[in-house]
Amino acid sequence: MKMQRAVFALVLATFAAVIAAPASAQLAEQVPPPRQSWSFAGPFGKYDEAQLQRGFKIYREVCSNCHSLKLLSFRNLAEAGGPGFTEGQATAIASEYKVKDLDDQGNSIERAGRLADHFPPPFPNDLVAKATYGVAPPDMSTLAKARTYLRGFPWFIFDMVTQYQEQGPDYIAAYINGYTDAPKGFAVPQGSHYNIYFPGHNTAMPPPLQDGQVTYDDGTPQTVQQYGKDVSAFLMWAAEPHLVQRKRIGFQVIIFLIVFSGLLYFTKKKIWHDVKAPHEAAHGQDPAKTST
Amino acid sequence: MSGNSTFQPQNKVLQWFEKRLPIFGLMHSSFIAYPTPRNLNYWWTFGGILSMMLAVQIVTGIVLAMHYTPQVDMAFDSVEGIMRDVNYGWLLRYVHANGASMFFLAAYIHMFRGMYYGSYKEPREVLWILGVILLLLMIATGFMGYVLVWGQMSFWAATVITNLFSAIPGVGNAIVTWLWGGFAVGNPTLNRFYSLHYLLPFVIAGLVVLHVWALHVAGQNNPTGIEPSSDKDTVPFTPYATAKDGFMMAVYLILFAWFVFYIPNFLGHADNYIPANPAVTPSEIVPEWYYLPFYAILRSIPNKLLGVGALFASIAILAFMPWLDTSKVRSARYRPLYRQFFWLFVISAVGLGWLGSKPPEGIYVIVSRIFTAYYFGFFIIILPLLGVFEKTKPLPNSISESVLGAKA
Repeated sequence: MKMQRAVFALVLATFAAVIAAPASAQLAEQVPPPRQSWSFAGPFGKYDEAQLQRGFKIYREVCSNCHSLKLLSFRNLAEAGGPGFTEGQATAIASEYKVKDLDDQGNSIERAGRLADHFPPPFPNDLVAKATYGVAPPDMSTLAKARTYLRGFPWFIFDMVTQYQEQGPDYIAAYINGYTDAPKGFAVPQGSHYNIYFPGHNTAMPPPLQDGQVTYDDGTPQTVQQYGKDVSAFLMWAAEPHLVQRKRIGFQVIIFLIVFSGLLYFTKKKIWHDVKAPHEAAHGQDPAKTST
Repeated sequence: MSGNSTFQPQNKVLQWFEKRLPIFGLMHSSFIAYPTPRNLNYWWTFGGILSMMLAVQIVTGIVLAMHYTPQVDMAFDSVEGIMRDVNYGWLLRYVHANGASMFFLAAYIHMFRGMYYGSYKEPREVLWILGVILLLLMIATGFMGYVLVWGQMSFWAATVITNLFSAIPGVGNAIVTWLWGGFAVGNPTLNRFYSLHYLLPFVIAGLVVLHVWALHVAGQNNPTGIEPSSDKDTVPFTPYATAKDGFMMAVYLILFAWFVFYIPNFLGHADNYIPANPAVTPSEIVPEWYYLPFYAILRSIPNKLLGVGALFASIAILAFMPWLDTSKVRSARYRPLYRQFFWLFVISAVGLGWLGSKPPEGIYVIVSRIFTAYYFGFFIIILPLLGVFEKTKPLPNSISESVLGAKA
């Protein structure tokens, strides 16, 4: 028995050593972004319509010059759980875009966008984008779900309970604000820019936003800090347009399942009562056969 | 499915039908009258939960297949189309993706339960081996399903896993080309994975029928590990087991719903929301969590061929468990030493899972090797020796005695 105890203690000690070991050099390069408070976090999270509209304004005026949003259509702007544009507003926005199409004779034309159209990309294809910038700017449709940072043990276990799922927008907001001077001796190659939060620190995108660059009509501060938050929220909606519906239905489903499980528990208890506490057993009868 | 049914329908139509095809009698003897040990604990409800998960995966999978396009330029966008434009498509896809995780979680609990209570031992060897084959099929199906999304992790996981076969001396590279249907992972690979991902669940369903059949021939094991000796030791499947299984299925669905509705991407990898790009390798290629222990075993061995061998051996060795374990006593309740080695096995398996997600360097490799050595040592050294050296505790005379005390 003593030996088993010793083996057990050894295993636990090894575990403690592994957990306490410094994270690998490769992963240490990524600095964890600061946590933001998001309206769409948690079990009752909802998008803030005004914030999504501001974020869309930033996308339209700044990001869309290089980044496509090809999985989204103009109609999405007026759909429930989104930025809350009216259908008229969404139609007006669509009509400001030029969309490639064919006319009745099969000639290539450009016409005004409609609700059903996808957002047109800024480049005809990725090769053109790559030739222009060296690296093709990524499509932004799923970007907020495609970016994250390492949480590590034991945080990833707590995240299951606290429902922390906003690593993507936290990272993007931090990245937009993460441009600083490179530390002494850190080599930044030609065409790259130093960013604290970017893995490896050398990012191809120059600082995209400056204070006051995008005009807000609702009195919200026009700072890069605020722009970063707003555009990250917009990108989260673009990546997960049914989030509000999902969380609303989820609450109903879980309440139903808890009540249903409770009822099933008492049903099970009633059915098993005579097997668990067999009064017949004392009289030599078979409880299973008499308790139906 | 055990023996002749005593089912006697009252209804004339049922009587007529029963004479020609006794399927109602089969159902009756399998799921109503079937005697189950009265002392089964909640760990025995995971068989039912697994059946439920298989049904969930097949139903959601069939509907998803109606909207999915298995073509390299359209696959990723078609999945996103399901997420965005199909009515409740996000729900179908999140249920299916998280359902795979819930399926594996239940399977692992089910297997650990079988190991703890000695359910693999005579006369349940075939039942156990069918279970190992089911695990293998689940691993293959889950992997191919993950590739269908055609994100970065899909593509690179497919590349890494199919490349494992290149370790085979001589014919390795030819086999890999044959698996790919080309000289790299591409459209033919995606197409065949889609075809097999649709086929294998039905093979699994067929094997589940055999698994249940074998179960009903041998009868269920129970926490004491001794066979029922009289009617006192068992209760009919319905209502007793159905009520208990039903309750636990609902509880399991709460956990499932938590993941689907609140943290649907927690178990996934962010890189899989980037469309597959053969020109860009992700900084780390990590499989889904349920493969991580096997992945850690693969990486803990420096030689590629031996690593791949160890990977397959880590699953195959389970099939030999009934013969590697030489003890006459089934349940760990009466095996004080086995019980401790069992929990060490659980710790090393879970530990390997965590290490599989870590980069293969420094202390992680060392600990992976220790756990890998224990994983195989448990089967090859500890199990055969324990049967000889372990002093087991006295077994109760019957199941009802263990439940009600010696007086009954």
